[in-house]
Amino acid sequence: MADFEVPELKEIPVVPPIKEGAMAHSQPYIAKEQFQEPLGFPGELVENWEEKVYDKMDDLRQRYRSFQVYLDSCVKCGACTDKCHYYLGTSDPKNMPVARQDLLRKVYRGKFTFAGKFWTKLGMPWMVGAQEMDKGVLDEWYSYFHQCSQCRRCSVYCPYGIDTAEISMAAREIMDSVGVGMKYTNEIIGKVYKIGNNLGLPQPALVDTLEGLEEEVEEDTGVAVKFPLDVKGADILLVTPSADFFAEPHVDGLIGYAKVFHEAGASWTMSSHASEAGNFGMFIGSYENMRKVARRIRTAAIDLGVKRIVFGECGHAWRVAYSFLNTLAGPWDFLDPNYPVPQHICEYTHDLIQQDKLTFDKSANDWRVMTYHDSCNVARASRMGEKPGGQFTIPREVIKACCNNFHDMPAETIGEATFCCGGGGGILTDDLIELRVKGAMPRAEALKSVVEEQGVTHMAAICAICKSQFTKVLPYYGFTMDQIVSVHQLVSDAIVLTKKD
Amino acid sequence: MTALSIFFALLFYAATAIFVVGLVRKIMQYSRTPAPLKIPTTPAPVTQTGVVLRMAREVVLFASLFKASKWTWLFGWMFHIALLLAFFRHLRYVISPDSMFYVFWPLINNNLVQAFGQYGAYAMLIGLLGLFGRRIFVDRVRYISAPSDYLMLILILAIAGTGTLMSFVAHTDIVQLKAFMLGLIYLDWQPLPTDGLLITHLALVALLMIIFPISKLLHAPGVFFSPTRNQVDNPREKRHISAWGKAIDDAEANA
Repeated sequence: MADFEVPELKEIPVVPPIKEGAMAHSQPYIAKEQFQEPLGFPGELVENWEEKVYDKMDDLRQRYRSFQVYLDSCVKCGACTDKCHYYLGTSDPKNMPVARQDLLRKVYRGKFTFAGKFWTKLGMPWMVGAQEMDKGVLDEWYSYFHQCSQCRRCSVYCPYGIDTAEISMAAREIMDSVGVGMKYTNEIIGKVYKIGNNLGLPQPALVDTLEGLEEEVEEDTGVAVKFPLDVKGADILLVTPSADFFAEPHVDGLIGYAKVFHEAGASWTMSSHASEAGNFGMFIGSYENMRKVARRIRTAAIDLGVKRIVFGECGHAWRVAYSFLNTLAGPWDFLDPNYPVPQHICEYTHDLIQQDKLTFDKSANDWRVMTYHDSCNVARASRMGEKPGGQFTIPREVIKACCNNFHDMPAETIGEATFCCGGGGGILTDDLIELRVKGAMPRAEALKSVVEEQGVTHMAAICAICKSQFTKVLPYYGFTMDQIVSVHQLVSDAIVLTKKD
Repeated sequence: MTALSIFFALLFYAATAIFVVGLVRKIMQYSRTPAPLKIPTTPAPVTQTGVVLRMAREVVLFASLFKASKWTWLFGWMFHIALLLAFFRHLRYVISPDSMFYVFWPLINNNLVQAFGQYGAYAMLIGLLGLFGRRIFVDRVRYISAPSDYLMLILILAIAGTGTLMSFVAHTDIVQLKAFMLGLIYLDWQPLPTDGLLITHLALVALLMIIFPISKLLHAPGVFFSPTRNQVDNPREKRHISAWGKAIDDAEANA
């Protein structure tokens, strides 16, 4: 099935001994000029690129406190070394968070610190782990900063809160700035600029798809549930990942949102201009590109005259939405101040459940025994509801409202300690399939344990990337692709629809 | 006055200046550098008070490290607490009851503080040896260690070792030492006892002060400026924008 060895799932997870260079061959396709140019990046490696790398590093350390403080503060205590799913799955020591940071830190040390400059002058830069920028370092950056899914698990355990995601974002921005971009992420951002979403679905295709969904749902249920697009004057703008329009199991989630809106009697719409919740600008660490992608939502909200914004199930999109949208595209003073901007679809559904406005036939989900995968960006980079930790309780309460059988995976693999699916952070591309399979190992182990001990049959997720990643890689571990479901797919299957005009 | 005393007097002035100026410069650099986005590691406190408590748990209890690795936490925490106790014990060499810092005198002149400071030395040595052992014996930690990481531990071990020897085995002339230290403070230089252990101890302490602002010891001020730990989780309620982020908005609005 694969031209690499699929890791064996162990009963009791173990931290593997290091295997140097185990993943040194892993590299995603480089972006050609046509994918670099729309983002404002050079099309190929620029002249004097070493100097330009130093210049960009200098720029970033003055613009990002995280970058400066995190490069200075690491004491190499090793607390993070066994926390990354890519290290656990590949044994490559450069996939230990601190070693990944060090790929960049050694260049920073050599150029911007007294100790680094001092020992470099004496010809002993290795004394303090310093190194000059050269092609070998750049190649290593390209390889290993694309083996980080920016899931922030390491930042939970670091005594200084050093977040490798910040470093890998910075490294990717530096590489982009000298013309070394990643094809997958950069081509997708270009599609968002040109067409409006990651998958490149133009407005007529969207109309078609949504009409098809309306017919399908009416056929299934006998109820005319609407999937409105570009409706001016609607109350709620739903922004959802474009995978929701046709990928499985994503689309079953979209059907669930529509049924919830229908039952709430809500006036809602999607937008063809902002037909994408995802924002790959975050993955490449580019504030400017992330901002530009985010501001499509502002434009759509103004053009359609909506009062609220709700986001569909997508992990990194929710991070950008919850944590950054106000910064990048706010202030939102023209929207209804009675609701947070934006809201998560799980918050929306949860509120309705609390108010007793939805009716469920939980037995419809009785053939499933559920567990829930906390998506990394939702878990460690956002919140739902009023209280810290709402991002853990609210989705689970939604699931439990429509399912009778639910079991959590082991505590050290969920909540703030959740393992990434292995495909986040802009590496959900087939040229990185080995990394994706190996990175999913810790989650697969946790899933296996509840499958065997509690008889779990399905795992729900609220992230488009998690869903795509799991349907693709879990079969390598003996699961089937339909064992991954959307949270709102469960809602969809259990909700009792009433006819509305 | 011997040449040695003069050398050490000058060394301590220089080390103190480098320590203070270097640290202040770094702290100013950290505080001036903007944090353009809200990136607290969640679940995070939703109020400023909550952030203060979170930071206190990190700084006093090493809460995140405790979650990560119990051994590293045990050795690391032991070492740092012992360092704090040793600091209190050492105050008696630089503060006299009639100085401007006399308010600290009851603390210094307290048997409990002195005893904890003295026997804390063993905790410090055990902690440091534990950390050193991890660096050598755990393959992952060995992989990430540069020579400077070992040298830093050896330096602190040597300081702790010489201090422990003076405290328990070969006492130095602490009355004369105190006269020397007070002489530095009041610009009335006094001779330093010529004692090999003491001279080594003081020279290494000066070295530690000098490398503090140019090494990973910057984790001490760094933790307070870590955006994943010091930010309030309220991005929806309150718009967070940096000066350069606002400049991008303004430039676009005026275009």
